[in-house]
Amino acid sequence: MAKLILNRISKDFGTGRPAVDDVSLDIREGGFLALLGPSGCGKTTVLRMIAGFEEPTDGSIILGERLLADASGSLPPERRNMAMVFQSYALWPHMSVAENIGYPLKVRGITGEPAKRKVMDALSTVRLESYAARRPADLSGGQRQRVALARCLVTSPDVVLLDEPLANLDRHLKQEMEETFREFHMRSGATMIYVTHDQSEAMALATDVAVMSEGKLLQMAAPADIYARPEGRLVGGLVGQGAILSLPVPTSSHRQLDWNMLAPIFSSAAGDLQKADVLVRPQDVIVSAEGLAATVETALYEGERYAVRLRLDDGQALRAYSREAVAMGDRLSVVIRAGWRL
Amino acid sequence: MQNLKTRGNSQPRWLFPFVLSAVVFLSVLPLGRLLYAGILSALKGDVWTLLRDPALWHATANTFSTSFFGMLISIVIGGGFALALTLADVRAKVLLSFLFMLPMMIPPQVTALAWVGMTGPSSALLKAIGMALPMGSPQPLYSISGIALLLGVQHAPLVYLSLRAGLMALPRDGIEAARLSGASSWRVLIDIIFPLSLPGLIAGAAIAFVSGVGNFGIPAILGIPANLLTLSTLIYSRFVGFGPSTFGDIATISTMIAVISVVGLAIQTQALKGKDYRVIGLSGQAATFQLGVWRPVVAAVLWLVLFAILVVPFLALCASAVVPAYGVPLTLKTMTFHAFKEILFTQAITRTAFVNSLMLASVTALGLLALAVLTAYCLVRKESRFTGLLSGLIEIPYALPGIVVSVAFILVFAAPIPILNMSIYGTIWIILIAYFSSFFAVSLKPVLSAFLQLDPSLEEAARLAGAGFYRRLVDILVPLVAPAAGASVILVFLIACNELTVSALLWSAGTQTLGVAIYNLDDSGSFDLASALSVLVVAMVVTLMLLLELMAKRLPKGVVPWRS
Repeated sequence: MAKLILNRISKDFGTGRPAVDDVSLDIREGGFLALLGPSGCGKTTVLRMIAGFEEPTDGSIILGERLLADASGSLPPERRNMAMVFQSYALWPHMSVAENIGYPLKVRGITGEPAKRKVMDALSTVRLESYAARRPADLSGGQRQRVALARCLVTSPDVVLLDEPLANLDRHLKQEMEETFREFHMRSGATMIYVTHDQSEAMALATDVAVMSEGKLLQMAAPADIYARPEGRLVGGLVGQGAILSLPVPTSSHRQLDWNMLAPIFSSAAGDLQKADVLVRPQDVIVSAEGLAATVETALYEGERYAVRLRLDDGQALRAYSREAVAMGDRLSVVIRAGWRL
Repeated sequence: MQNLKTRGNSQPRWLFPFVLSAVVFLSVLPLGRLLYAGILSALKGDVWTLLRDPALWHATANTFSTSFFGMLISIVIGGGFALALTLADVRAKVLLSFLFMLPMMIPPQVTALAWVGMTGPSSALLKAIGMALPMGSPQPLYSISGIALLLGVQHAPLVYLSLRAGLMALPRDGIEAARLSGASSWRVLIDIIFPLSLPGLIAGAAIAFVSGVGNFGIPAILGIPANLLTLSTLIYSRFVGFGPSTFGDIATISTMIAVISVVGLAIQTQALKGKDYRVIGLSGQAATFQLGVWRPVVAAVLWLVLFAILVVPFLALCASAVVPAYGVPLTLKTMTFHAFKEILFTQAITRTAFVNSLMLASVTALGLLALAVLTAYCLVRKESRFTGLLSGLIEIPYALPGIVVSVAFILVFAAPIPILNMSIYGTIWIILIAYFSSFFAVSLKPVLSAFLQLDPSLEEAARLAGAGFYRRLVDILVPLVAPAAGASVILVFLIACNELTVSALLWSAGTQTLGVAIYNLDDSGSFDLASALSVLVVAMVVTLMLLLELMAKRLPKGVVPWRS
């Protein structure tokens, strides 16, 4: 196992706009990277280039000491020692569960007792020991997903790729599978790259999150960092809940803003100052006796609290949580405990 | 760091060039050669001699009239069956449609023989029930209308299939909406169903016409004895009476047939283009009309038609096969299986024909399967501008009448092959190559649709598992397309084993096929032997069709030609 380096890779399918545009990523050994972005942002193309299904039109991919691909050529997927969980699972319907899992071993010439033992090990990791003889068609969606995972596990690959593996599962199964993935990552120690458009999945699983949009890499950081300190409007809008306000904040100030710094900005009528984007998380908007006047636009009951959408008097929207019931049209006053200049 | 010589796309280097050269050899070379010969004969002026020959224009007129009236008959029978079996609540639809599809798969020369045995003055069947025409009266089928009738019966399933595909796409809710607006069944038929099904009908009629133009078996058996030649039998008779201008003449006539076919196929494509109403409404279930009191009447008509075009001719064929001698009345006492014994055990020619046809059909079916798997893989996986052109080129020899293909291969192989300096003309190899060319499209279609349905990630998963191309082919791809591959083998075998049109010009002593044997036996007056051989052929056709019918559930849609 080794470090995976994507060095300024681009992919142009000849459509006029490159699908992936000058992306560089360093994925540390044993890391779990989530590639996050809206659909069509190029994240799946990056994954397919790492796997070898697509060749980069520019840049290079290096795994440890091995050059996997550059503009002149590419090592075919069958020689990369990687494994992948596909969105459709890609289990071979004509093989039993055990045959599916054992196939990478069979191709490598491992047969007999050692192969059998490895297959059973992999099956026990995903808790499907008793399903070895079944056909994929007889399994539920979650079970198929686990078989696909076990197939990745069996050859100890250098890199495990996951292409929106939870997209087809219901919410309950999603949580269970997230647990399985985390456990799998800890046990195997493999470098994992996980493509998703669901930011909560990315935050829950990954050690690093890379946010992409329109073929470009916007930011890569640990989940807590990217949540607390997103770079730019796009990342701020994609990661976590929140509202982006446009405020006349001096660019020389700290990026982390508290109420003491925000209150004068709201009260001053400085219209000539250049405005900046400030991200405000809903948990940082507190209903209090004094503060900014706001009108409740919608209030959604979520069980433990109300998710409230507020409209400030200057017309900007704000999100907040409230423990007490609020109704549409209520007038509240709120304090913004913290904001982040994007 | 190592040098990255291998490209990411790990198809073997030879794959695309191999498929391309196979297609060039099987399609481009023969058709190009035919075109070249036609142009050459035009430049040399031979073509004017041919064009001044009244025989050519008689044959052209005969071809057009038989094909046109045949097409009308196909429209009436095929259209009626399509409407009744798709839209009405008739019982036993599956059985009815299977039986109705049989004429399409039964070789035309067998159909013709059966009908001759049913209607002639010496019909064993009619004699047995005392209804035969008096001896010496002419056989009524040896005429333009006889040929047209049989072409109509033979190609009615083509109209049925084409129209049915359109009718199946009619949205049920659209018809229900019309009914709710107060339209009667009759009005719905005129206002909604007829306009919506017109493209399918036109397309089916065009195919029926083209198939009539290219048909050889029926005009050969019904027309040649009465000296009524169509373009395809004219080629045959020119070829048999070999002369100095033969090659130029048959090339020119073939080109004429090819042009007529291309025009017909263009009409078909045009009719279906832009007339795809399938986007509207949730289709899936075809509309059903309650026939009410008319239900038994419609059912009776359908069964009666099937009885007349299928059961009686087959009984006549059986009767002809078991009479002791031509013209002898058939009773339980005179009945004999002598003819079967003769063709199976005594006659060397029929035994040779069996061996040849079974061998040719098996080699064609299996060889084409291997080629089809590689070609389908190439067409599906290779992103190239040439893939559309490639599949078009594969389609052409199948779309053209078999007689055109065989003339093209005669022209290619008449001279010894350069460099190798050997000739395959007159050997079984030329038939084999012509079969490969003619039936490539038949073999490819099921395999291609199976490949198109295949989730590409199944192969990608195997690549990441470390499997190279051959490994993936054996372990993953072939098992996954196996049902379609089976269907492809059976279909090609079924068609190749019974065909006459291609081999009629290509056979020589020792390389007779079953189709040729049936035709020659009939031509030489051994009607009983020809009938007996035909009975065996029909039995084989029905068996193979049933086999496919049993597999149908596991096959991609559209693979079994008589199911939709």
